[in-house]
Amino acid sequence: MTQSFRLKDVGLINRNKKLSFKFNGKKYYGYEGDSLASALIANGVHLIGRSFKYHRPRGFFGAGVDEPYAIVQLYRNGETEPNIKATEQELFDGLEAKSVNCWPSVNFDIGAINNFLRIFLPAGFYYKTFMWPKSFWYKIYEPFIRKAAGLGTASIKHDKERYEHKYEYCDLLIAGSGPSGLASAYAAAKNGARVILAEDKSRFGGTLLTSEVNIGNKSGKEWADGIISELKEMPNVTVKNRSQVFGYYDHNMLVMSERVSDHLPKTKEFHPKQRLWYIRAKEVLISSGSIERPIVFGNNDTPGVMLSSAAKEYMKVYGVLVGKNPLIFTNNDSGYETAIEFKKNGVDPLILDTRSNPNSEIINEAKDLNVKIKNSYVVVAAQGYKKVKSADIAKISEDKEQLGTIENVKCDCICVSGFWTPTIHLASQSGNKTKFNEEIDAFVPRKSKQNEKTLGAANGIYTLEETLKDSFEAGHEVSKKITNNENRVSFPNVVEKKSSIHDKFWCVPLPKGKNYKRFLDFQNDVAVSDIEIALREGYRSIEHVKRYTTLGMATDQGKTSNLNGLQLVSKIENKVVPAVGHTTFRPPYTPVSIGAIVGREVGKHSKPTRKSPMHSWHEKNNAVFVDAGVWLRPRYYKRGNEDLFEASKREAKNVRTNVGVCDVTTLGKIDIKGPDAAELLNRVYTNAWLKLPVGKARYGVMLREDGIVMDDGTTTRISENHYHMTTTTAQAANVLSHLEYYLQLVWPELNVNVVSSTEQWAGAAIAGPKSRNLLQKLFPNSDVSNEGLPFMGYMEGDLFGVKARIFRISFSGELAYEVNVESNNGNFMWEKIIEVGEQFKIQPYGTEALSTLRIEMGHVAGSELDGRTIPYDNSLEGLLSKKKDFIGKRSLSRKAFIAEDRQKVVGVVPLDKKTSIPEGSHLVKDSKAPSPNPKLGYISASCWSVEYDNPFSLAILKDGKNMIGEKLFVMSPLKNKIIPVEIVSSHYVDPKGERVRS
Amino acid sequence: MLHIKCPHCGMRSQNEFSYGGDASVKRPELGKDISDQDWNNFVYNRKSLRGKHWELWQHLAGCRQWIKVERDTGSHEIFKTLKAEEEIS
Repeated sequence: MTQSFRLKDVGLINRNKKLSFKFNGKKYYGYEGDSLASALIANGVHLIGRSFKYHRPRGFFGAGVDEPYAIVQLYRNGETEPNIKATEQELFDGLEAKSVNCWPSVNFDIGAINNFLRIFLPAGFYYKTFMWPKSFWYKIYEPFIRKAAGLGTASIKHDKERYEHKYEYCDLLIAGSGPSGLASAYAAAKNGARVILAEDKSRFGGTLLTSEVNIGNKSGKEWADGIISELKEMPNVTVKNRSQVFGYYDHNMLVMSERVSDHLPKTKEFHPKQRLWYIRAKEVLISSGSIERPIVFGNNDTPGVMLSSAAKEYMKVYGVLVGKNPLIFTNNDSGYETAIEFKKNGVDPLILDTRSNPNSEIINEAKDLNVKIKNSYVVVAAQGYKKVKSADIAKISEDKEQLGTIENVKCDCICVSGFWTPTIHLASQSGNKTKFNEEIDAFVPRKSKQNEKTLGAANGIYTLEETLKDSFEAGHEVSKKITNNENRVSFPNVVEKKSSIHDKFWCVPLPKGKNYKRFLDFQNDVAVSDIEIALREGYRSIEHVKRYTTLGMATDQGKTSNLNGLQLVSKIENKVVPAVGHTTFRPPYTPVSIGAIVGREVGKHSKPTRKSPMHSWHEKNNAVFVDAGVWLRPRYYKRGNEDLFEASKREAKNVRTNVGVCDVTTLGKIDIKGPDAAELLNRVYTNAWLKLPVGKARYGVMLREDGIVMDDGTTTRISENHYHMTTTTAQAANVLSHLEYYLQLVWPELNVNVVSSTEQWAGAAIAGPKSRNLLQKLFPNSDVSNEGLPFMGYMEGDLFGVKARIFRISFSGELAYEVNVESNNGNFMWEKIIEVGEQFKIQPYGTEALSTLRIEMGHVAGSELDGRTIPYDNSLEGLLSKKKDFIGKRSLSRKAFIAEDRQKVVGVVPLDKKTSIPEGSHLVKDSKAPSPNPKLGYISASCWSVEYDNPFSLAILKDGKNMIGEKLFVMSPLKNKIIPVEIVSSHYVDPKGERVRS
Repeated sequence: MLHIKCPHCGMRSQNEFSYGGDASVKRPELGKDISDQDWNNFVYNRKSLRGKHWELWQHLAGCRQWIKVERDTGSHEIFKTLKAEEEIS
């Protein structure tokens, strides 16, 4: 098909650049500057999809953001995207799109049977029908509804496109580049303010592109172009097209999505597809304009029924006729402007005006052009299934209740104008309490809660002169507040045609004996009858009516349906519209792609990755890494065909028999200095700290105020007023904040400074019976004998010229040391340890072996200190000082915390000494007890004991103290396992702790 | 996103801060006898009020100082911010 609906020489498209595209597999042509919608209409295509509920044929209703129907699945550069409005998608060469919500095709859609079943599908149908039986929901109802519903398919492939986030600050953000946006931006910019002007469409100018006005002896478009090019040259102004300000949040933070590349066949190299702007504006001017309101009549959803302003835009911007035999149905002068445009392009329209005798400059111009006008006439119903073929029209009585004889007129489109609804979404989102303006039957902003002001049509002002005056003034005033400048711009001469008042008519009554569907919400298929049912069934609040009927809930968020819905509710309820009120406007104003919201934070970029200085050595030596918070830690070092189990067993065994080395850089480290450092530690930890000598380390446990264990670790007294605290990897940041909290707010009198030194030190744990022999070789000048460096001792040493801190502390339960050097020397240290350790059969060990070693020793760690346990539960009660107070101590005397049968950590061994016990399993007395089987405790950590060569676990068990020797069952419904076990002491290996002191 | 004036650094976005609860809560003195009820009030019981509220925030991704912020929990309006050592007036 050729572009038989394309006008000659009209519009803003580039006729020198022809583009080809495909819709539902068929090839068409359009021009650069077309939208997908305008290109399809130029080719005479009006059937674009099927409706959400009844699968009725769908065409185009608008020409932009308000479009409820023309939603397509888009294919671009090997990717697919649902929920694209054909009216917003700019045409590019090679574009492909498909209809949604229809099967097998848009022309023959089986789901359309719903249309004939519609008496069975009233409001609340799903709620009422799919309630019972309960078991049917997952297997039958839900899959069916999923299949039947939906406006497109999300791709399950990884999105290769790049999305960016940008943070911006400005004096003034202006949303919308129509007359009010341009005027206010110009005035403010000339007065020195830093301005961002955002326009949703590709073209600036808003209604100036389609209205017949004259500003400063220029056409609206020429004036707009002039202002924009001047603004673009100014260093204090950012002008953005294809950018929708969709959300107004607290403290004047607005979010805007910029469609950087969606109009191109392919995203350019180094460019994002979309960019999300977080804009903090001192002031905001909302110039979002207004959206034409439909009039409700029978079959008003038939393809070919559309907004009159859209028909005008298709002609003036795209040079496209929406029909060659148009019927225009209006209650105000806007319909006449569209009719005049048709007439100018050689097409004869017929106007039906609900008013009996309107009179204005615009109407006179139409009359002068011999446009046919029928006053006091309405469209009763559109006729035609996949496209309007004719219209049933009738005269309407003065009281708008009685219809005259029905006449049928041939037409191929019906252009509707029910007056204009201000776009108040952003203002309402900002917290502005709106008011109802009787004159225009719509809500407008009233009182600002944030620094915002709404201008022009969005504020219910529909004359150009008043809009420009207000906007120049607002731009000046707002900028003056910020810049204190007084540079005014001169006000241009404005010529516009005067219009008469509109008729408050919005819904055509049903003729006797007819039961036409009259739609309010076109995207969600909500008809007048659905609202009537909801009200009959007792729904009163507009918020409830909305949710019950889904009025205004679709992706267009009721842009065209809201007010007519309110009119209907207030009519039935016999209330005035403001008494019914409107539903809450929430962001986003238009759908925003998930990609834009996520931005660059995908995959590995979703969080930072922290690596120790020895990371590259681990990589080179076949380490398999594991995420430990944001750190990457070696889990095990793979040799040959070993798996995790075999490798970790080998590594742990080698620690028990020879010596191993483990990268412990990730442990949190906090440097504590000051004369009151000991006092701070004494208050923060549960045990005594005032008498720790210089050169000694001590293990400590800290609690939260509620008595729960927060963290544990060792702290070493480096010198008189200098301590080195270690925390667990996971709690490092929280512990620092915790210390800062008490130092800054609770005990500011303590003279102490704390700072994180985690990344300043690289750490290696050297553990095993041969660790001292290795240490002697590493530090030949230091006395590291049991006397020279006893358990919990500390000294500084010289590691082949590098200054090192040596701590004799042990997590593995073996004779062990931790050596710290400055991070830059971490790799040097590590290589030296491996090199020198070779003669002692040293092996590096990862976190899995580390866990095995600590579990079989009964050392509690993160899986026991899980934010739910107190010191007693972890057998740490010996560390609770009776002599002093500390954070959380008072909580420990609470009744539940001193209960006789309180939970406690225990060891668990399977009776068969073979079956591994899944972590997280429950412990029960009787494996055959009826469900819910009373849970006595849970498995917190499991390992394969290398000491005894059988599985061993730690568990937190009720009355654990008295359960040693009991036989219980471990149950894991998840792994479908029941394992008979014996409860043993948690100190499975070396219960007296002799090795660490050896 | 809130815009919070750190008394040390100036206006900063909320994502640099972390929330720390009611600023009017005073920790009981160490070593002092205290009833279960009073202790529970300190540890657990908080008013969840609508309106003006003094609360603690830490400028975590900034100067790391704990600050006091007077905020309307309904409208999110921030009236005043204080340094840790400054008393709530």
